[in-house]
Amino acid sequence: MLRKAIVGLGAGALLFGSAACGADDGDGSGGDSGEGLVVGFAQVGAESAWRTANSDSVQAAAEADDRIDELKFVDAQQEQEKQIEAIRNFITQQVDVIVLAPVVETGWTDVLGEAETAGIPVVLADRGIEAADEDLYVTRLGSDFVEEGRKAGSWTVETFGGGETTRILELEGTVGSAPANDRKTGFYEVLDGEGLDYELVDSQSGDFTAEGGKSVMETFISTHGLEEVDLLYAHNDEMGLGAIQAIEEAGFEPGTDVQIIIVDGSKAGFEAGVDGKVNYIVECNPVFGDQLMDVVVQVEAGEELEKFTPVEEGVFGPDDFEDELPNRQF
Amino acid sequence: MNSYLKRLFWPLAVLVALLIVNIAVTGFDFIVPSVHDGRLGGAFVNILRGAVPLLLISLGMTIVIATKGIDLSVGAVYAIGAAIACQWILDRDQSALDTVFTAVVLALVVAAVIGAWNGTMVAYFGVQPIVATLILMIAGRGIAQLITGGQIPSVSDDTPFVELGRGAIATVPVPIVIGLVVFFGLVLLTRTTALGMLLESVGGNPEASRLAGIRSKGITILAYLICGACAGLAGIIGSANLGSADANNGGLWIELDAILAVVIGGTALLGGRFFLLGTAIGVAIIGTLEDTIINVGLSSQWQFTAKAIVVFIVAILQSPEFRAWLLKPFRSGSAAEPTAPEPKPEEKAVAK
Repeated sequence: MLRKAIVGLGAGALLFGSAACGADDGDGSGGDSGEGLVVGFAQVGAESAWRTANSDSVQAAAEADDRIDELKFVDAQQEQEKQIEAIRNFITQQVDVIVLAPVVETGWTDVLGEAETAGIPVVLADRGIEAADEDLYVTRLGSDFVEEGRKAGSWTVETFGGGETTRILELEGTVGSAPANDRKTGFYEVLDGEGLDYELVDSQSGDFTAEGGKSVMETFISTHGLEEVDLLYAHNDEMGLGAIQAIEEAGFEPGTDVQIIIVDGSKAGFEAGVDGKVNYIVECNPVFGDQLMDVVVQVEAGEELEKFTPVEEGVFGPDDFEDELPNRQF
Repeated sequence: MNSYLKRLFWPLAVLVALLIVNIAVTGFDFIVPSVHDGRLGGAFVNILRGAVPLLLISLGMTIVIATKGIDLSVGAVYAIGAAIACQWILDRDQSALDTVFTAVVLALVVAAVIGAWNGTMVAYFGVQPIVATLILMIAGRGIAQLITGGQIPSVSDDTPFVELGRGAIATVPVPIVIGLVVFFGLVLLTRTTALGMLLESVGGNPEASRLAGIRSKGITILAYLICGACAGLAGIIGSANLGSADANNGGLWIELDAILAVVIGGTALLGGRFFLLGTAIGVAIIGTLEDTIINVGLSSQWQFTAKAIVVFIVAILQSPEFRAWLLKPFRSGSAAEPTAPEPKPEEKAVAK
C-alpha cells in the first residue's frame, strides 16, 4: 500500500513538473510579440574544437544583434533524433526562423515538411541535406569545400609552377566524407587546369585525426622517403600537425624540406605556421555567426536567396600567420 | 606446449606472408631497423611502436575474454586515460617530473577503477559483460569530453610526458619497452602463478569453480581491472606520442581491433583458454596490415576490405574443419584404408 502511494506521489510530481515546464515554454514564446526575431538553432553537437567555435560564434552573434530577440540553442549531441525533436519543439513554440546544422544528409523530409506547413522558413548551417529535399529549406550557409581545394591548388601552382616536376603527398580526410572528396576535387581541378607538372607520390586517408596523420606520414616516409617530396597537402589541421611530428622525428624540417598546406586554420595550425612549419593555410571558417544572422533576417523578410551561400573564408601565407594568430577562435 | 605452438602456426604464417609482401615491395629496409637520433626507426620498428596501444588493450582483452567476458569500453577508457593525463599536465608545471608522474598514476588509477566497476557489474550484479561494458563505451567519451571541456588539450613538446610516446631507452622506443614489460609481466603473472589457471576455470564454468573453492567474483573483477588499467596505459602512450588528447577520436574502434587480435591469436570468445603470445602476433598482423595497404599502393578505400580479407583467411585457416575439408581430396587415398576397417567391430557390436 505504502509503495503504491509513493508511486502515485511520484507520478503526480512528474505530471506537475511537466505542466510547469509547459507553462514556461508558453511564456518563452512570448518573445514573438517583441520586435526582434526568435530563432531556433539545432546544432550538431560539440564534437570538435571547430564545432565549439561555431556554436560560440552563433550564440555571440545572436546576443549582440538587435534584430534577434532570442536564440533557442539545442545541442543534439550528434543524434538526428534529438535534432528532429528540437525542430518539432521549435515549431510548437512558433519561432520565426529555424536554423539546422544537420547531423546526416537524409531523413529530413517529414520534419522539414512540418516546418513548411507551419510557415516557418528553414536555413541550413554548415552541412547540407540530400538534393531531393532542396525545396524544404531556403538556403544553406556553409563552407565551399571545393573552393577550399581550389585555393590550395592555386597556391601550389603559384609556388611550384614553371619549375621541375612537383612531387606531392596528400593526407585525405575520412573516406567518403564531403570535405575530403571536395577538397581533393578542387585541388586537382586547379592543378590539372593550370597544367602544373606534378606527380602524386601517394595519397591516403588520415581520418581527419592527428593520430591518423602521424601514422600514415610515418609510413609515407619509410616507403617513399622525403628527399624527393616537395609538398604535403593535408585536408585538415589535425592530420597536418600529426604529419609535422612524423617529419620532425624522421629528422627533416617541416616547412623547409617539405612545404605544407593545411586546411581549417585552428589556433594550433597558426602556431605551427608562426614556427615556420606550415607554409599555407586555407581557412575553413566556423565563425559565421554574424553572417548567419544577416541571412536569417533576410530569410524572415522573404528575400530571395541562392540555394547556397558560401561563408566568407580567407587564405593565409607565412607573412600573415603572426598577425592572424590572435584572431583565431578555435 | 606442442599444441600451443600448433595454434600459433597459422597466425605466424600470415604475419610472415605479410612481411614478405612488404619486403618484396619496399626492399629489405622494411624489416631492418635504422638508428636515428638515438632511437631505433625503420618501417617495421615504427609499426611495432605504433601498435603498442593496441597490444596493451588486446592483452587486457585476452584476460577478460579468458573469463568468458568481453570489454567494449576499452576505447572510451583509452580516451579517458589520455584526457586525464593531458589535462592534468596542461594545468600545471609542464616540465616538472612529478607533475608527469602524478598525471600518469592518476590516469592509471581512474582507468583501473573503471575496469573494476565493469567487473563488479559483471560479477556481483550479474549484468552480461557485453551490456555492462557497453554502458561505459557510450558514456566514456562523454566523460572524456567533460574532462577536456570539449577541446583537444595539447601539451608542450618540452614536457617529459611526451617521452613516453616518443623517447627511447638504449635506442629502443619507450612504447615498445612498456609493451614488452606489460606483456612479460602478464605472462609471468598468469603462467607462473595459479592466476592463469583460475582465470581459465572461471571462464570455463564460474559456478563449478566457485563450488571448487575459487573466489570467482574476485577473479572476474581482477580481470576487468587489469583490462581497464591496460586501456588507460594505452591512452597515456597514445596521447604522449601525439602530445594531445582527442576525446572524440582517440582510440576510436580500438575495442574491435583488440577483439580481432585476440581471436586471430587463437583465444576463443567462449572463454576458458587464452594465449597472450597469440594475441601479440594478432596485434602485429593488424599493425603490419595497415602499412601493407599503403606500401602495396592500394587506396584508402581498400583499408577495411583488405583487413576483412586477411582476417577471413586467418580465421578459416584456424578452423580444423576447413583444413580437413581442404585436404580431403589429398588424404582420401592414403588415409581411407587404415580407417576403413575400424567401423567393423562396431557393426558387430551393434549386431549383437
